[in-house]
Amino acid sequence: MERTTLDLWVGTFVVAGIVALGVLAFKVGNLSTYNVSETYQLTAYFANIGGLKQQASIKSAGVLIGRVKEITLDTERYQAKVTMTIDKRYQFDHDTYAKILTSGLLGEQYIGLDAGGDAEMLKNGDTIEHTQSAVVLEDLIGKVINMLAEGPAKPKEANGKK
Amino acid sequence: MSSQTLVELRDVNFAYDRRPILKGINMDFPKGKLVAIMGLSGCGKTTILRHIGGVLKPTKGYVKVDGQVIHDLDRKGLYAMRRKMGMLFQFGALFTDMSVYDNVAFQMREHTDLPEEIIRDMVMMKLRAVGLYGTQNLMPAELSGGMARRVALARTIALDPMLIMYDEPFAGLDPISLTVVGNLIRRLNDALGATSIVVTHDVQESLKIVDYVYFVSNGAIIAEGTAEEIRASGEAFVRQFVYGEMDGPIPFHYPAGDYRQALNLRA
Amino acid sequence: MPVKNSVGALGRRTVNAVWRMGLAARFFGLTLLYSGVSFRRFRLTRREMFFSGVMSLIIIVVAGMFVGMVLALQGYETLKRYGSESALGSLVALSLVRELGPVLAALLFASRAGSAMTAEIGLMKATEQIDAMELMAVNPIARVVAPRFWAGVISMPLLSAIFSAMGVFGGYVVGVVVIGVDEGSFWSQMQSAVDFRQDVMNGVIKSVVFGVAVTVISLFEGFDAPPTAEGVSGATTRTVVESSLVILMLDFILTAFMFRGD
Repeated sequence: MERTTLDLWVGTFVVAGIVALGVLAFKVGNLSTYNVSETYQLTAYFANIGGLKQQASIKSAGVLIGRVKEITLDTERYQAKVTMTIDKRYQFDHDTYAKILTSGLLGEQYIGLDAGGDAEMLKNGDTIEHTQSAVVLEDLIGKVINMLAEGPAKPKEANGKK
Repeated sequence: MSSQTLVELRDVNFAYDRRPILKGINMDFPKGKLVAIMGLSGCGKTTILRHIGGVLKPTKGYVKVDGQVIHDLDRKGLYAMRRKMGMLFQFGALFTDMSVYDNVAFQMREHTDLPEEIIRDMVMMKLRAVGLYGTQNLMPAELSGGMARRVALARTIALDPMLIMYDEPFAGLDPISLTVVGNLIRRLNDALGATSIVVTHDVQESLKIVDYVYFVSNGAIIAEGTAEEIRASGEAFVRQFVYGEMDGPIPFHYPAGDYRQALNLRA
Repeated sequence: MPVKNSVGALGRRTVNAVWRMGLAARFFGLTLLYSGVSFRRFRLTRREMFFSGVMSLIIIVVAGMFVGMVLALQGYETLKRYGSESALGSLVALSLVRELGPVLAALLFASRAGSAMTAEIGLMKATEQIDAMELMAVNPIARVVAPRFWAGVISMPLLSAIFSAMGVFGGYVVGVVVIGVDEGSFWSQMQSAVDFRQDVMNGVIKSVVFGVAVTVISLFEGFDAPPTAEGVSGATTRTVVESSLVILMLDFILTAFMFRGD
């Protein structure tokens, strides 16, 4: 096969394009945080999910451990049913607490998992019993105004993290 | 017709947008002969070539090449037939993005699985035949008009076709190139044992080389004969054409109303 | 009478446009049908990738850089008002990956490579090279059109990815190096906002669709051009105008499908 400089250029072009795609996938996008490893699924019911979206992150102690797979409304309980995909390396017990949190004041919402003390671990398809719904900003402001009216309160208690 | 006829046109009519271009053309091109189709620009000469090449389909009549009606062939049959034909286009139609070498090698590469060394030898032979051995690395833009025409000729004969068609091979050539190309057409026809059809309006040059001539005017044949017969012809149109007379059956003036009226002259 | 004439002219133009659409669709179908050669003899396609892809590289790299830099500058001014400068990374990356990368790269491709394709094929037709090929029993759609089509379709997503990556780099230079946004939050916000499937892959799909549209328009205009100087120059202009409009219209349709609600 005859090799020409033209082929070299086309090769360079293709490599550059693939490298750029790689940069977009791993450096710009979140492919590096996609779980290539095995996962299992958990569900949790929330009274209000606020602005939680599909693909929102699931964190425990600040570490990304999974993603929200699906959000539906359960018409028996009239609560939001959130299906989560979690890395198999991380196991949680039955007393685990699932909270919808916000990164920063106006940032994206995510689910935080706080492990409890139960001996039995959650298996694929299990439901997390203890949940805390999203903090809705309007409610929060309402509370603050009420507290301010009652007198000087501790503002730290008001920002929803208890 | 006899088996000695390679191309045969019978009562070929062709109309473009209901405008008749060809009206009942009958022609025979015997094997091994060099036949010219002559006529004024726009009289339908090139249309005849396009019918023989199977590009156009006659509205009436038929065109037979090598015993087969060309416009009844399917795509595969048509392409198989075209491999046995070569056509030299008016200005060569060399592929401008390829070198002379690649132009001549084009059909060999497209239609055969020959190894590159054999293709190389064949290209050199064809270039030698048209006297342009040594130009293989030039691009078409670097060639003069006459040289480009000869390279195109080398490309046309690349696969030794049985039928070679020339569309205005003499147009726009200087007198020396004219003679060179004219002689080449004759020599290649005889050397390859091919049949050649030359469409031209260059009477003097083609009468020197051809075996037979058809004169076409307004889509119909008005005269035919060997080169000598044409030269000796007493027909007014042929005389005007052969000797390039300004006025005759083909008038100098465009048909219009009385010129004197336009100038407000009273006769 | 003049009213009637202009209505008639409008009608004729409409019929003509629909007619050409049909021709272009048939042309596209034939191109796909005769695509075998482009892959069996891939060197033909590779050669065209040089002319459409590699030759567009410089303009894509430079334009991508500047678009990213402008985005960072403008984005910073706006985000500063809300105190969320740290979201600059996600703003730059999302706009590039979802919209500006595919769209601007396709527009540049249409004017750089598309117009060249139209002019080249138009001239090949005007100088009877296409007819010559046909009479040499070589199918010009298979030999000339299809390799250019596939080269364009392959090159377009690569160019678009390079454009976006260069844009992010330009945004980084202006945002982090010049303005001084925190580097860590620039990248981490970007990573948490840009989803691989939702954003990057959809951008790639867009650019493939644009690649198909631009090359089909360019090749069809070239093939359909009257074999004269005005014919070819008119076809080249039409290529750029039609491609640009089609890119923007398709972008709207694709965006509506891809990022609906969510």
